[in-house]
Amino acid sequence: MASFFFGLPLMVQGVIKGLAVILFIFPVAAACSMAERKVSAWIQRRPGPNRTIPPMLAGIPGAGILQRLGLFQLAADGGKFFFKEEPLPNHVHKFYFVLAPFIAMIPAFTTVTVVPFGAYLDQAGAVVPIMLANVDIGILAVFAVASLGVYSLILAGWASNSKYPFLGGVRASAQLISYELSMTLSVLPVFLWVNEPGSAGSLSLARVVEFQSHPGFCWGGTWFIFTMPLSAAIFMIALFAETNRQPFDMPESEADLVGGFHTEYGAFKWSLFFVAEYANMIVGSAVFTLLFLGGWNPIPWIPLSVLLGGLHHLTGSVLWLHPLVAGVLSIAIFVGKVFLAIFLFMWVRWTVPRFRYDQVMRIGWKLLLPLSIANLLAYTVGIYFLQG
Amino acid sequence: MAVIQVKRKALTLAERTYLPQIVGGLMTTLKYFFKPNETLQYPEERPAIPPGYRGVPTLVMDPHGREKCVSCQLCEFVCPPKAIRITPGSVAEGKGIDHVEKAPQAFDIDMLRCIYCGLCEEVCPEEAIFLQKQYSMSGYSRSEMVNHKDRLYELGGTLPDKHFKWDKKKAAEDGSGAHP
Repeated sequence: MASFFFGLPLMVQGVIKGLAVILFIFPVAAACSMAERKVSAWIQRRPGPNRTIPPMLAGIPGAGILQRLGLFQLAADGGKFFFKEEPLPNHVHKFYFVLAPFIAMIPAFTTVTVVPFGAYLDQAGAVVPIMLANVDIGILAVFAVASLGVYSLILAGWASNSKYPFLGGVRASAQLISYELSMTLSVLPVFLWVNEPGSAGSLSLARVVEFQSHPGFCWGGTWFIFTMPLSAAIFMIALFAETNRQPFDMPESEADLVGGFHTEYGAFKWSLFFVAEYANMIVGSAVFTLLFLGGWNPIPWIPLSVLLGGLHHLTGSVLWLHPLVAGVLSIAIFVGKVFLAIFLFMWVRWTVPRFRYDQVMRIGWKLLLPLSIANLLAYTVGIYFLQG
Repeated sequence: MAVIQVKRKALTLAERTYLPQIVGGLMTTLKYFFKPNETLQYPEERPAIPPGYRGVPTLVMDPHGREKCVSCQLCEFVCPPKAIRITPGSVAEGKGIDHVEKAPQAFDIDMLRCIYCGLCEEVCPEEAIFLQKQYSMSGYSRSEMVNHKDRLYELGGTLPDKHFKWDKKKAAEDGSGAHP
């Protein structure tokens, strides 16, 4: 089967791989909405959605757990969004109104191409990242495409042709532009450090993880969250703002803007916005994990190759070095970290109240931006003396 | 009145950066995350009703299964939203309660009007009407929401009663001085 796959034209291979990733992200993004409801319920000490179950499954043992986790509720909600009437208000600009949710989806799923999500060891024992396209522009592509996501919000707000969506769209554009700056500046030290003088320069995310999995105790495999805590903090805060999560969910703040940019949306188009938001969260958390949390390396200072080698020595089984086992294990570790980051998103949502709009602007321009510039300068000087 | 000047403490650096405060808040929410649920799965689990709860008003019988209400209509008159409507009637012969003059022929409580104030229970000289533990009333029509006499007795049942007021009265009338 593997030989059949690799015999296919490169284009078809790419499409198949891309579809596989989208087929993973789409349900996970949808499941995140259920996770959100469950996490908020547990934080508020209630059970959350736990009653829906198809009657024919009611007798099967084990289905009760899925019922209590709300998975059938998720399926029912999804089915509802597919089949309910698509409201299209009379006063909207119809073409752009319909276009906006699709534009929201495109950057959310495009950024995945340059995000590595696992690795395996080849015959020579070298770590090969699993990703759709290992291109050198890496993080640049993520930022470039992810920032297009704001156009969907602006378009939705404008095309809705009513005041609250419009305000939401305006807020979205101002907020995303403000935080993009500090976000980009906060990751620059990472790439300054990774691209040692003399080596071929690369902005690839796989390269960053590779750097964090150098063997060696002290400096080698140190995750960047330990060496650059400020960068990590700024990046995380900016990520909250970029993905419109509480406490930065200005574009849709229910309290003052009804539903913000998606006030006029309903049914499937609304759920597309929702899925796109969660897909953005997943990709954002993935990038955070890759940059600062060591990607698919299990524990700080113990890279994947060392773990696999250790398991190989311990059990004496060659199975651990098989690419498939290593790949699945690394993907599992990576996805686990991403889920932890997403849990952090939901956790913060129920802890920190929404900022006022002027506070959002103040934090963005007067706090995070100078801080990230100072951070960049400090690390530039530091890295110069360390590596120069 | 002396004016006390309260010194406003300047925020420390840690407080101004706001992040340690957020971490503290996260710890609080995490604590609640692992606590058991506060809620009940309602139709299956029912809350424990404390004594003295003012639920749906009901009519009760005495431990001998005799009607206590003498249709004095005090509850009807005291009822603030005028939810109670009593039609007094004479007592049927040979039921063992002929020393009472009246019994209600009809006793209707309109639960769409009732405000659960408990004044009827408080005013009743015969301790015949009680607000008991039923808290959920529903029906498909307005007429279904009116509790008639038989329904009121069905809801009320018999309450333990130490007074045996009628037996006392009867014994006083007879001069026998005996009552159970």
